[in-house]
Amino acid sequence: MSTRVGVVQFPGTNCELDVVWALERLGADARILWHGDATVHGVDAVVVPGGFAHGDYLRTGAIARFSPVMTAVGEFAAAGGPVVGICNGFQVLTEAGLLPGALQKNTGLTFLCRPVDLRVETSNSVLTAGVAPGTVLRIPINHFEGNYVCDADTLRRLRDEDRVVLRYVHNPNGSLDDIAGVASEQGNVVGLMPHPERASDPLLGSDDGVVLLESLLASARDSVAAG
Amino acid sequence: MMFSVRIDVTHLPGVLDPQGATVERALPALGYTNVTAVSIAKTIRLQIDAVSEDAARTQVEEMCGRLLANPVIERYRVELEELVAS
Repeated sequence: MSTRVGVVQFPGTNCELDVVWALERLGADARILWHGDATVHGVDAVVVPGGFAHGDYLRTGAIARFSPVMTAVGEFAAAGGPVVGICNGFQVLTEAGLLPGALQKNTGLTFLCRPVDLRVETSNSVLTAGVAPGTVLRIPINHFEGNYVCDADTLRRLRDEDRVVLRYVHNPNGSLDDIAGVASEQGNVVGLMPHPERASDPLLGSDDGVVLLESLLASARDSVAAG
Repeated sequence: MMFSVRIDVTHLPGVLDPQGATVERALPALGYTNVTAVSIAKTIRLQIDAVSEDAARTQVEEMCGRLLANPVIERYRVELEELVAS
């Protein structure tokens, strides 16, 4: 049976179909999870995709975290299920307390939409389990609030516990310690600002995102096998 | 009792305020070369019906902690005033 991945859709989400498309090309059974449903419908992995959930009103991700589906996503994550937040999804996961820190406006005060080089820093996450540390991937970013920030203690913990998953080779947005993606303590929840689904075919300019999505699917299968 | 509430949400010290920094860089172009420490904040106004000022304040503090401000990057100040029917 193919791996079932739920892709969360809030009002204002706009990358859910791209994520579904990219995952289905890798053989997954990807389906949309409506934000108003308080369940993840028994999927093996969850992706919180990019966009502007609930208009990003108040702060990015601030309203989305109260959607019924997020309670279910929180329970799924607590049980060890793989959860990946991409861009706005990363912002939602930090607001929901599933990942530490926050995303603030880019230092240059400009919206950034271009490919960037990312260095994979650890294999210790569901998104990078199949990628050798040190690998450089070219994947697009598309954000205004991608400037990662957290307090000094949190940063120390992220480094000591090998939870900085991806770093920018050339920091585009002022992110603390060049951080582009972080993982939870168990490594099963990952948030990243770049969009792997937009680098999933050479026609899109890069297919460097495929190894990340494949890692997620493999982690989902392992997580199901582990029961 | 009805209270009028004003909540100022500002950046924590040390957190970048790119909007404030950009405005600070723009002001000298207009000749205001003596301006520093520009910051851009959010103001939230609301009215609340509570049994006392303390009760209203407690509830507003709770709202700030749970939704209105993000303690990782923001702090807030609450001003509260009783609305007297005229």
